[in-house]
Amino acid sequence: MSPPPTLSQDISCSLQRIFAMLRRHWYLLAGSWTRIVELIYWPAVQMIMWGFLTQFLASKTSYVAQAFGVFLAGMMLWDSMFRVQLGVAISFLEEMWSRNLGNLFVSPLRPGEFATSVLMMGLLRTLVGMIPVSIMAWIFFDFSVYGMGLALAGFFFSLVMFGWAIGIAVCGLIMRHGLGAESAAWGAMFLILPVAAVYYPVAVLPAWLQMIAWSLPPAYVFEGMRALLVDGVLRSDLLIGAFTLNALYLALGFWAFLAFFEAARRRGQLLGQGE
Amino acid sequence: MDDTLTRTVQPAIIVAGLAKTYGDTDKPVHAVAGIDFHVPAGSVTALLGGNGAGKTTTIAMLLGLLKPTAGSIRILDTDMLRDRHHVLPRLNFSSPYVDLPHRLTVRQNLMVFAGLYAVSNAGKRIEQLAEELNFASLLDRPAGALSAGQKTRVALAKALINQPDVLLLDEPTASLDPDTADWVRSLLEKYRAERGVTILLASHNMGEVERLCDQVLMMKQGRIVDRGTAPALVAKYGRQTLEQVFLDIARGQGKAAELSEVPL
Repeated sequence: MSPPPTLSQDISCSLQRIFAMLRRHWYLLAGSWTRIVELIYWPAVQMIMWGFLTQFLASKTSYVAQAFGVFLAGMMLWDSMFRVQLGVAISFLEEMWSRNLGNLFVSPLRPGEFATSVLMMGLLRTLVGMIPVSIMAWIFFDFSVYGMGLALAGFFFSLVMFGWAIGIAVCGLIMRHGLGAESAAWGAMFLILPVAAVYYPVAVLPAWLQMIAWSLPPAYVFEGMRALLVDGVLRSDLLIGAFTLNALYLALGFWAFLAFFEAARRRGQLLGQGE
Repeated sequence: MDDTLTRTVQPAIIVAGLAKTYGDTDKPVHAVAGIDFHVPAGSVTALLGGNGAGKTTTIAMLLGLLKPTAGSIRILDTDMLRDRHHVLPRLNFSSPYVDLPHRLTVRQNLMVFAGLYAVSNAGKRIEQLAEELNFASLLDRPAGALSAGQKTRVALAKALINQPDVLLLDEPTASLDPDTADWVRSLLEKYRAERGVTILLASHNMGEVERLCDQVLMMKQGRIVDRGTAPALVAKYGRQTLEQVFLDIARGQGKAAELSEVPL
């Protein structure tokens, strides 16, 4: 047997092939208005519910009255992360559902290029959904998430990176275990919701859960968001912590994807997967 | 050395000791049990065998979709287990069991694969293939709305889009009516004559194999149990047709029973 290919061989990239994959998913998205509506529908429903709740709480509690948008911003940032992860997984599942993995992986497309294309699609799908919803929040509740300024970009891209990390690992899991593991695409992110500190500070959690929370990037982002919206302070230390952890999680996510890909190749799961 | 001669004498595919084993070590299943074969450049070779003989597993390993348990594969002088991405741009594959995305139109699907194979003038190449394979009127139809015969033609277009030097085909005429199947065989003959492509195909259709193939590899239970040209195999087994040879080997009867102990 020959020595196995190196990791660098698996992740080396051709932009042309990545664009070819983006084109494939863009055709799918642009050709179906129901898919585009779905991208906006769920975040919009969430935003409207949290908007009304915020309005109600603002009249009852001084905390919310002081920082009106803290729940809405939390909801929108959380949903951005969730939508990125889901977008990555759905883009991958489209290949499984259409039994197209065999065609793709006998082409010159490398696993790293495939992974990069689904990450890009996760981001694109999220922007298609969340930009209209952020405008709706401004129209309906007079709250602009863009009021956070450049810090919003830091919060957003930090969460995008974590969504990518979980999303690409979930893709590997589904590739390895088949469509029986499909529910991971929808459920994986909610496992960390209680410790992500989206709507309450990390300090509320029991000590042992706080340790878990601080090992995950979202806690840094949402604590940073509250510091900005409630106290008017931009905590760069929290952003640096989030990006450092994200780099680690993204590397782990890619490694898991490539490991699952190789396991799927060993077990012959690339050829026959589908509905 | 003369280039044409090099292509003629050097095998395009060299397989040695190729094996694939599934399952636990105490109860292994040998899908492919150590096979060796060469496919000369520009020739057409058939993998013949019953269901579960190991044909599709062999093709999947050649393509890099499946990792062998043991053995080596060289295609176009490249070690496929180590450097498959170097040679994949010169290969392509078609199987009725691997679909193109149904919701994309035929043209969109082919544009995507043209991008993956870095085909220049993709639009023109697609129009050309659509003319050659007689599906120009279907280009803007969703792939999922095509009949089996139309899907096969589009899948062949996908397989030819990069003008491959090596083409691997898994049952290229499965589920096609005799007219369409004959049309596909003619196309393969024409493409081979024009491009000198090397073709390895798995098939259950003996007429197809007799018509197209220079070499036949008979597989049974993960092993190559015999090989040769179709007429030579028919003569060796004392039969009239390749189908009778196939049945003898599959059932272990006639001359196949006598020959089964002879190592190849």
